[in-house]
Amino acid sequence: MEKVEPVLTVSGLRKSYGSREVIAGLDFALARGECFGLLGPNGAGKTTTLRCCLGLARADAGDITLVGEEVPHRARQARMKVGVVPQFDNLDPDFSVAENLLVFGRYFGISDALTRSRIPALLEFAGLSGKENARLPTLSGGMKRRLTLARALVNDPELLLLDEPTTGLDPQARHMVWERLKRLLSEGKTILLTTHSMDEAERLCHRLMILDMGRIIAQGPPRELIAAHIEPQVIEVYGEDAPAWASARAGDFARRVEVSGETAFCYVANDEAPPLLAHLAQRRELRTLQRPANLEDVFLKLTGRELRD
Amino acid sequence: MDYSFPRLSLSAIAVWRRNFLVWRKLAIPSVLGNLADPMIYLFGLGYGLGSLLPEHLDQFGGVPYIVFLAAGTVCASTMNAASFEALYSAFSRMHVQKTWDAILNTPVALDDVILGELLWAASKATLSGLAILIVIAALGFISSPLALLAIPVIFLIGMAFAGLGLIVTALAPSYDFFMYYFTLFVTPMVLACGVFFPVEQLPAAMQGVAGALPLSHAVRLVRPLLLGEMPADPLPHLAALLLTTIASFWLALMLTRKRLLM
Repeated sequence: MEKVEPVLTVSGLRKSYGSREVIAGLDFALARGECFGLLGPNGAGKTTTLRCCLGLARADAGDITLVGEEVPHRARQARMKVGVVPQFDNLDPDFSVAENLLVFGRYFGISDALTRSRIPALLEFAGLSGKENARLPTLSGGMKRRLTLARALVNDPELLLLDEPTTGLDPQARHMVWERLKRLLSEGKTILLTTHSMDEAERLCHRLMILDMGRIIAQGPPRELIAAHIEPQVIEVYGEDAPAWASARAGDFARRVEVSGETAFCYVANDEAPPLLAHLAQRRELRTLQRPANLEDVFLKLTGRELRD
Repeated sequence: MDYSFPRLSLSAIAVWRRNFLVWRKLAIPSVLGNLADPMIYLFGLGYGLGSLLPEHLDQFGGVPYIVFLAAGTVCASTMNAASFEALYSAFSRMHVQKTWDAILNTPVALDDVILGELLWAASKATLSGLAILIVIAALGFISSPLALLAIPVIFLIGMAFAGLGLIVTALAPSYDFFMYYFTLFVTPMVLACGVFFPVEQLPAAMQGVAGALPLSHAVRLVRPLLLGEMPADPLPHLAALLLTTIASFWLALMLTRKRLLM
């Protein structure tokens, strides 16, 4: 029978670097088999949260239970049952594809024979069959990312922590990683991922949490977040005159308008879209695009449009 | 800072084996590279300078200068090999390739990573010292089987300098930082610690300082063994190298915890 307790529980997590508070009280839990997304602008505390969960950064306060083990006290035992895909590639450049997996298995105390027996399936999963002896510098960015994912599976983990798993990948590679992650979910693995790709979060995550300045500013399933936080339709208006039009007229038609550069984003209810479109049809100098609201709209509404570096 | 006692486990072996596997791919050039530099010094100074010196000087233990110098070269070269590995190579793994970050995501703890690196740098230094030992034995400069006892001492020398190197690595912002360590610590030791001439030839005030440095302890243990004698008073020298190893390992670990596990 499936265990009912959460795979990861975080409560009251706080962490400061000097006077800068990077995590200001986080509570969340991951149920077995779910994909949970951590979203937030740069510096929101996503990576630090992952590091605390793994026992690699010492929290100032809070309790963490990872795959049934108390962290940081039993972090080593916990990491035995967890796979990690880090934000930046740290494969071993001196090793072949197979050696990367073999050596990584040793860190888990897995015998070479057992890892060797797992390598064909891991490479098949990563779309790297036949690349056993390929040298690392000959792999593309997408192949390296997939190898990192295969490496994170070498210990057959219960939980995968993925820190921006598809950042920097081309669309083909990104879709392949998504497909593989869905396959892992269907096999019963639990996934915690951080991402800047709203598309990724909407496709993969059962539930997600938006962080800003170390605080939770919204959480829930992607569809519910969109329904709760934002008007259902967006009409984007482009053109040199769009900002001027937005400040003069948009308020007559839309509940909420945001201007970014030469684009005005008009947020409207379903029945408010036709009058706005009819009005825009007379303004030939403005180009328009109507689309349903998505997670990115929620994210930008909640965290603002200013750059966060 | 996390001052807690190192929690060591057999996981360190996995870290050692990782480095060994990389080394194995480049073993021959690596050993030859480690041999070239000390051999140039040994032959250049040993025969060149040695030919100007009177034969069988008491200060050189009554043996030809090149035989005297050979023992010093073994020690200096072991120190160099351990230092290079613990500085440049370990720094690459920690900071550039992020190999340590990858390992820390597994059940291997930082304590074991540092222990694995210490043992690895000492192992590589031992190979380097051993290679020179073999060359000078082949040249007929070693006559006694006591020289075999030098091998564990060489490993200990490697450990001491690996530990010291790992401290510097934990503090280093970039590769350039290592030049200070070599210029201010390693090179002066090569000149002052009895590699080229006995420490006793130094002015009295300097003898005390030079004699306390780790390379002096190394030379005082290895030279008698290679000349076929037991070292006169080995325990203080062994203790000094062992203490250097333990203290530097602990300090390196605390500094690396501070750097990586924030």
